[in-house]
Amino acid sequence: MSQPLPLKRQGEHDDGAAPIKPSRLKIALSSDDADKKNANKRVKEVEICVPIVYGTSAFYLGRKASESQSHKWTVYVRGASNEDLGVVIKRAVFQLHPSFNNPTRVVESPPFELSECGWGEFEIAITLHFHSDVCDKQLDLYHPLKLYPEDESGPQSTKKPVVVESYDEIVFPEPSEAFIVRVQNHPAVVVPRLPAGLNLPSPVPIETGNEKERGDTKDHPLSQWFLNFSEADELLKLAAARQQVQAHIVKLRRQLSLVEGMPQLSKPPSTYES
Amino acid sequence: MDAKDILGLPKNSFPPLDKKSRPPKESHRKPDGISREVYALTGGLAPLMPALDPSQLKKKPPSDEKVAWQWLGITSSARKDNLHLYHWVRVVNGVPPTGDYSFAKYNKSVDITKYTNEEYEKYLTDPGWTKEETDQLFELCERFDLRFIVIADRFPSSRTVEELKERYYSVSRALLLARNPSSVDIASHPLVKEPYNISHDLERKRAMSLVLSQTRQQELRDEEVLAEAKRIAQSRISAKVSQESEMAVASNAGVEVTERTIPGETVSPLPSNAQHPSIPVSSSMSTENASTLASLRILRVYLRTYALEQMLQAASSSAGLRTIKRVEQTLQDLGVNLKPRVPTKSVCAEHLELRKEILTLLNLQKQLQYKEAEGLPFREGSYTETPGTPKHFHHGKQDRAFVPDPSFGGERTGKRDQKRKAPGRLSEAPSSPAQSKRPRKLKASDF
Repeated sequence: MSQPLPLKRQGEHDDGAAPIKPSRLKIALSSDDADKKNANKRVKEVEICVPIVYGTSAFYLGRKASESQSHKWTVYVRGASNEDLGVVIKRAVFQLHPSFNNPTRVVESPPFELSECGWGEFEIAITLHFHSDVCDKQLDLYHPLKLYPEDESGPQSTKKPVVVESYDEIVFPEPSEAFIVRVQNHPAVVVPRLPAGLNLPSPVPIETGNEKERGDTKDHPLSQWFLNFSEADELLKLAAARQQVQAHIVKLRRQLSLVEGMPQLSKPPSTYES
Repeated sequence: MDAKDILGLPKNSFPPLDKKSRPPKESHRKPDGISREVYALTGGLAPLMPALDPSQLKKKPPSDEKVAWQWLGITSSARKDNLHLYHWVRVVNGVPPTGDYSFAKYNKSVDITKYTNEEYEKYLTDPGWTKEETDQLFELCERFDLRFIVIADRFPSSRTVEELKERYYSVSRALLLARNPSSVDIASHPLVKEPYNISHDLERKRAMSLVLSQTRQQELRDEEVLAEAKRIAQSRISAKVSQESEMAVASNAGVEVTERTIPGETVSPLPSNAQHPSIPVSSSMSTENASTLASLRILRVYLRTYALEQMLQAASSSAGLRTIKRVEQTLQDLGVNLKPRVPTKSVCAEHLELRKEILTLLNLQKQLQYKEAEGLPFREGSYTETPGTPKHFHHGKQDRAFVPDPSFGGERTGKRDQKRKAPGRLSEAPSSPAQSKRPRKLKASDF
């Protein structure tokens, strides 16, 4: 039983993502059941990617520092362009060093971060749990907490934190239709051009608990320290490197053909010892 | 010593070892009896184990025999003609050695079956062979102990070695069978179990001579073809594997949604997706990618860096550790991060491509190296593997007197190569195998 009524096809729009028209909603209502069934259908041709940055930011407490609490640090997971990750991540669990009280800290809503005071550096395990229509498997990240700056000269500054961040992308290779539809236009999520003929159901909003909570980290107090990750730089470097290598290959190939064309020297006599 | 203090034991409770006073002296003074160089092999110090006293080595073991040498005559059972020969014999205590000449026991011969005329008439006649010829053959076989090359040489009419062999073995076999008609024992006799197959033998010899007379070019071509065939076989296997895993994934997804979706809808996208990775790919690279992708799909969610790692592992599974190190070194020289700082989809793809290209580059460098080395006719094993030790290579070079040997300082170069850990010089002469340990010809560009 396929979709009984012709719905507007996604692929026909040039901008790649069609906003849900009200007329569609009306039609969808009558075939709600079919929608529900289809919502969990996985779309193999589409790969959803969520670029994130995760890391730590640590401030030296200076005068207020004590033996056991010399730094105030924050561990966080943010969208790469500081957008709200709550649309994808349901909760984040930060596993701290066992010397902390309740080392398993759960953050139920964005921004997914945790602040603490301490003196020691250790590896923090971050587990991301996704919404039910996104993925039922969790994802683990690891990040070593860094409190002391590389440059050990001079006293530590209380104004400038030690920030270590890693860029990565969460990839969902076969997202469900419901997921696609929900995040299609969200700035935090990269959804590629959807293939033609894809009938997507209407989006079902997920429960977010506290709607008022500001989800994105655009105006985060730490945002001024966030590192910049530019894809363009890296691409440029890679392209330059590839060009160099390719030129070299061409040169070698030419040389090789020259050498191969050379006549061989006479064979050794039979008393040759090997 | 401290332990002794603790235990309260006297310090010199056992006789002091001679060795203790000797090593400091011995390092300056080498013992007589062995040459300096030989002694230096031990490292210039006395060996840890109580060694043999070198001056004792040249002494003879004390023997209470009186040994003299006498000029005596011998008779050997190996000879049939009663020839008396004389030689020096070691006489112990006045008693000359008894018994047969000591080497007589090595005079072995082959048992050639002999046939009677009746047997010949009954079992052994053959259109291609006269009785005379067969008799001659057998006589020669006995005389020359089945050395068919010699027999073929001496055979009056010209017959090939294989023909002679065939006649001899078939006659022997027929005789064997005839003489033991119902015996079960001979069934395991080699002549009966595996008779001589002349066509097989001819074919075998032909093939061997072909292989032996192959030119170097042909050898290389053959290897390339074999490698290609192997790759294709591999890709077929992995394509099959990825097809199976795709099926597994698809069936998983299908199972989940069965209660909600109509099976008909899920089935239709299945075949089209299953086709995708199973298209036989000519290059093993893309099949490795396909299988890695398939395994990633199963995960449902993964990090881009993880995916990159998997791809890298798959790509480098076919390369050795040294090659991987070389690739990484090259990346560093090019100023590229070994792990991209901003691993987006396109960055990762570019990174992988770059690595592939570097691999190609390194392979070409190696090929060029071999080609240049080929200037000297030196065959040793397969060309796709790392060559033998530098010493070996060196030897080959020095044998060729008529080839101008530009690398007589090759030893030095070899050492230089081994010590050098500097980055590969991409901008220099392309044949600079910076990372290789083989001695190479010095080029003007080196200086």
